[in-house]
Amino acid sequence: MSAHAETERRAGQDPATGQRSGVLRRLPVWGLRLILLLAAAWVLFFARDTPAGPAIVDPGRFAVTVLDGLTFAGLLFVVASGFTLIFGLMRTVNMAHGSLFLLSGYIAIRLQQTMVGRSRNIAPTDVTVLDWIVPLLVGAAVAAVFGVVMQQVFLRWNQGQELRQALITLAISIVLADQMLREFGGLAVTMVWPGDVTHFLTILGQRYATSRLFMLGVALVVGALLWLWLSRTRMGMVIRAGVDDEEMVRALGINVTLVFAVTFFVGSFLAGMGGVMGASFAGAATGSDGSWLLNSLIVVIIGGLGSIKGAVAGSVLYGMVIAFSPSYLPSRYTFYSIIFTFVLLALVLAARPYGLFGRPA
Amino acid sequence: MTDALLEVNGLCAGYGASQVLDEVGFAMGVEAVGIIGRNGMGKTTLCATLMGLVKPSAGEVVFRGERIDRKSPERIARSGIAYVPQGRRLFPSLTVDEHLQMLAKGTRGKRWTPAAVYELFPRLGQRRRNGGAELSGGEQQMLAVGRALLLNGSLLLMDEPSEGLAPTIVDILVEAVHRLVAEGVAVLVVEQNLRAATAMAERQLVMVTGRIQAESTATDLVASPDLQRRYLGVGAAVDPGGLLVHDESQNRTSP
Repeated sequence: MSAHAETERRAGQDPATGQRSGVLRRLPVWGLRLILLLAAAWVLFFARDTPAGPAIVDPGRFAVTVLDGLTFAGLLFVVASGFTLIFGLMRTVNMAHGSLFLLSGYIAIRLQQTMVGRSRNIAPTDVTVLDWIVPLLVGAAVAAVFGVVMQQVFLRWNQGQELRQALITLAISIVLADQMLREFGGLAVTMVWPGDVTHFLTILGQRYATSRLFMLGVALVVGALLWLWLSRTRMGMVIRAGVDDEEMVRALGINVTLVFAVTFFVGSFLAGMGGVMGASFAGAATGSDGSWLLNSLIVVIIGGLGSIKGAVAGSVLYGMVIAFSPSYLPSRYTFYSIIFTFVLLALVLAARPYGLFGRPA
Repeated sequence: MTDALLEVNGLCAGYGASQVLDEVGFAMGVEAVGIIGRNGMGKTTLCATLMGLVKPSAGEVVFRGERIDRKSPERIARSGIAYVPQGRRLFPSLTVDEHLQMLAKGTRGKRWTPAAVYELFPRLGQRRRNGGAELSGGEQQMLAVGRALLLNGSLLLMDEPSEGLAPTIVDILVEAVHRLVAEGVAVLVVEQNLRAATAMAERQLVMVTGRIQAESTATDLVASPDLQRRYLGVGAAVDPGGLLVHDESQNRTSP
């Protein structure tokens, strides 16, 4: 009887959030709020002996840290939104997402070098906006085509078999990593921002690079286009419906095979765009594929797998933690700032087991 | 029977080792047909198998002269079977209007367009901007039917449309079914609610443990508590009016 009542109660809970009821649910949420409040108070008033100092003492450093968090969140969003889009519709955990990121970055760098006519010591003043935008689009398009081919050749036949798809994409990512090492070498290379966006602003007495703000701007444009596509077009409606109930979409006579291919194209394109932005921001090197797959996973686990809103929230939270923890930990402990990523994950998952905007699969 | 729209012969299907459908066979023309039976008799599996969501292990389904039993759900839907599933299965992320707009492509000039659906169910028109999950049970069912109509199919396949609905809402659905049949659309409705089933279709097939056990008519079934007891296992003493097969809310735990 009790097991029966349990299933009834579960069936009765809000399917949109999958929330548990009562104290169990509220305890972690209140805990999370308390921790956020304490963290804010620390940053504002008490953060002495830290690299940045309390925000009331040094508002400039605080503003810069917030901007660092936001701009990095922009990059995180572009990459992770592609990952979450693919997962949301097809339940495919694309382990090659980071490889597409890196591949696109390398290709864009090569193309930029060709366009500028030099392969080393490129200064931003040599780079026009076109020398950045064209490689961005070409790199992303290559990643997108690669993604679609991968989906059509390897994943289509295994639709619905999540573990198999994860292993296939993992294998592809290993092969790609070796091939990229062979082709592009093991040294880090950098994409150069166009000269027009590499200036410095002064914000509350602190110098701030406009290229980072440009990166945030690109992310906002990508986010707006993605939102328009998903909310205003018929294809977007079909994708959202497919995230809810793919089988029912098929039973209404909609050709999901095409929708899957388009989604894989867009998701891989976003990985590629992120790769070019990342290569301009921090360079491209062996190993960034793995670290950006991990970044995407962290963002979507925080935000909830399959949710674009979740990708926004996850990117901002993760970006803020990355920016704040090294600046506002006591200087002796700055080394441990990486731990706070996992603290964030643990806190969010304790309060919302499916992520902030996630639903049970 | 001379003009068979849908013909099912020896259809077997199940999930893994458990066989649910055991050589189901029937045929129907452009008419309303009800399939009634108690919970767990394979009615929903029959619908899912007709739609291609469950692959049959044996038998054949011929729709408009064409074998459809090995086709994918999307091909079956496009060949003209419009599916209204059990539990509605609306899309929580979509508004009422988006449910219809998503399927509006290619409906221009046909009988069913989003505008025609709003005309059939005016209540949906007032809820255009609401999310699929914010609707009342009746409105959800209307949307599920309206969504299916946009396929402009020749057979409407409804799985437990009256489930959890107030009698007045069921009446609206019954009227819609009559209208469709009068317009030349066949309706196959699966029900365990005798009142709704008999109001929608005169011809009734009785399903017991995965087989079509008998054929009857709504008139006979309603008139005879004895038939109800025999086919549906309903005690006349429990249900003196003979209208409700049983109280569904006590038997259903999950969709």
